[in-house]
Amino acid sequence: MSKRIDVTDLNVYYGSFLAVADVSLVMEPRSVTAFIGPSGCGKSTFLRTLNRMHEVLPGARVEGKVVMDGTDLYGANVDPVEVRRQVGMVFQRPNPFPTMSIADNVLAGVKLNNRRISKSDAADMVESSLRGANLWTEVKDRLDRPGSSLSGGQQQRLCIARTIAVKPQVVLMDEPCSALDPISTLAIEDLIEELKSDYTIVIVTHNMQQAARVSDRTAFFNIEGTGKPGRLVEMGDTSTIFSSPSKKATEDYISGRFG
Amino acid sequence: MTAKTDLSSTPDSLPSSPLIHDSRTLPRWSPWAFLGGSLVVATGLLALIGTPTPTGVALLGAVFFAISLTAYSARVEGRRHATDRFATTLVTAAFGAAMVPLVSLLWTVLANGLPMLTASFLTSDMVGVYGDIQGGVLHAIVGTLVITAWATVISVPVGIMTAVYLVEYGRGALARGITFFVDVMTGIPSIVAGLFAFSLFTIVFGPAYRAGIMGAAALALLMTPVVIRSVEEMLRLVPNELREAALALGVPKWLVIVKVVLRTAVAGIVTGVMLAIARVIGETAPLLLTVGYVAQVNADVFNGRMTTLPVYAYREWSQGRVGVDRAWGAALVLILIVMLLNLVARLVSKYLAPKAKP
Ligand SMILES: Nc1ncnc2c1ncn2[C@@H]1O[C@H](COP(=O)(O)OP(=O)(O)OP(=O)(O)O)[C@@H](O)[C@H]1O
Ligand SMILES: [Mg+2]
Repeated sequence: MSKRIDVTDLNVYYGSFLAVADVSLVMEPRSVTAFIGPSGCGKSTFLRTLNRMHEVLPGARVEGKVVMDGTDLYGANVDPVEVRRQVGMVFQRPNPFPTMSIADNVLAGVKLNNRRISKSDAADMVESSLRGANLWTEVKDRLDRPGSSLSGGQQQRLCIARTIAVKPQVVLMDEPCSALDPISTLAIEDLIEELKSDYTIVIVTHNMQQAARVSDRTAFFNIEGTGKPGRLVEMGDTSTIFSSPSKKATEDYISGRFG
Repeated sequence: MTAKTDLSSTPDSLPSSPLIHDSRTLPRWSPWAFLGGSLVVATGLLALIGTPTPTGVALLGAVFFAISLTAYSARVEGRRHATDRFATTLVTAAFGAAMVPLVSLLWTVLANGLPMLTASFLTSDMVGVYGDIQGGVLHAIVGTLVITAWATVISVPVGIMTAVYLVEYGRGALARGITFFVDVMTGIPSIVAGLFAFSLFTIVFGPAYRAGIMGAAALALLMTPVVIRSVEEMLRLVPNELREAALALGVPKWLVIVKVVLRTAVAGIVTGVMLAIARVIGETAPLLLTVGYVAQVNADVFNGRMTTLPVYAYREWSQGRVGVDRAWGAALVLILIVMLLNLVARLVSKYLAPKAKP
């Protein structure tokens, strides 16, 4: 598992509005890449192009190349549904399916696809995914309770369990901790640290400390003004970006945030 | 009105924090006391003029109540509380006024219909009934159930699929056009739906054709826009996050719609379908026109006339005498059927609804 993603000259549009321009970067396997940058600079937009969720919105389109494992995800005969099976996504707000139990939420990727699965396989999958998301001990006695009966932090870990249950190569996370308290945030950061050994992880965050704590490489995006597209300013090892960034904008942004 | 005690104390003895009332509040029972007082005064006044009727007492009493309570509260509690009491009185009065026709209708139907509601009334039809023989509604119950069921079978899939198109796929001129025509269809008079079904089947099967399905088609025409509208509302309530969550798991769009969107909205959809059924189950005109009246039970929707409860009630009513009683009985049976369907729908929605926090 875990694959490398290579992005070249990516332009992302909402209708005629160019939201993100000229992005080229690489996300390495078995590592955590963090995207930071001011609000509205297109981090979420860019992240959503990596599993072709962007095009779900009406009028949204993408130019350029996103190559995973030698295949251009935007190639002519690539099935977006298949792409999303390989590249999972965790959203900013926890969104378990309200009609499903905790166990069924974990199995959602299987059940919603009408795939058959034996009882024992399902039980194994639920347990291993929940263990993978550090949630097993908290919920193992109430797997048939509704997913929405959990706390926000637990729900977010449930969503992570649901994502890793389909065994993707890459996990994208868009501000996964922004709705959570510090303890749940730490739980998720620990989890990211563990998941890193199996997956390529890309995380968007507004929390500089979090980016510094969890990521191996950091990409800084910026926007020149409203109506202008967001651009990648620089990307490098997290320690370098945070200690000696090569661009002034990066330094301003980071130091501004730190105090 | 009620006796006045000295409630207007001097405010300067109270601490002067803006959070603390510098006026008294009326005791909790005071609205009831005012209500009682107002009713007594109203009765007294009306008795001076003539014999007080319940309606007159209620109306005049309500006016006295609103004026006296507001005025007294304004004096004791201050303007804001007085406004609050006045608004509360208005809202409660409006609620009461809305309940009057409902309760009186139920009461009249129960009073007139209950004596008819015997086992033989429910289990016999009108074959060979003449004079003062009681007769029955079985054929009309069967007709109503069969025709409404077929109307539902026709309109619900069409309605749900149209709503899915509008919410999940529809963009631009086509979707706007459909929405417009759905709105127009909502306003179609039922007799026009009846005429449409009548001419449609006449063109296809010839002028002598009569079958329950004609009525079902007319009702389906009336039901479809209601179903589309309510299902559309329900689908729009499903948070987009759930769609995205499912898509991001690699679920194809059609499965997302079937297993997430429709599944999440199913309780509301059931309710919407129920409302649509309630809308058409009492239709008379289009059925009179298309399926007419027949004395015996006919469960074959594709062949022959059928009787439905509203048509039965209309027909019996126009016969006069015992027919009037039968009409009341049929009306009560119709209301009971609607209530029963509603009950079932509620249970179904409750069972299927997303489970909230424990
Ligand atoms: N659905 C949409 N339709 C049109 N424009 C959009 C849409 N979503 C985002 N945008 C625009 O695209 C640009 C980038 O937005 P995006 O949400 O990617 O920013 P972000 O970096 O994730 O910001 P934040 O940190 O606040 O989440 C913004 O100018 C935004 O207004
Ligand atoms: Mg964002």
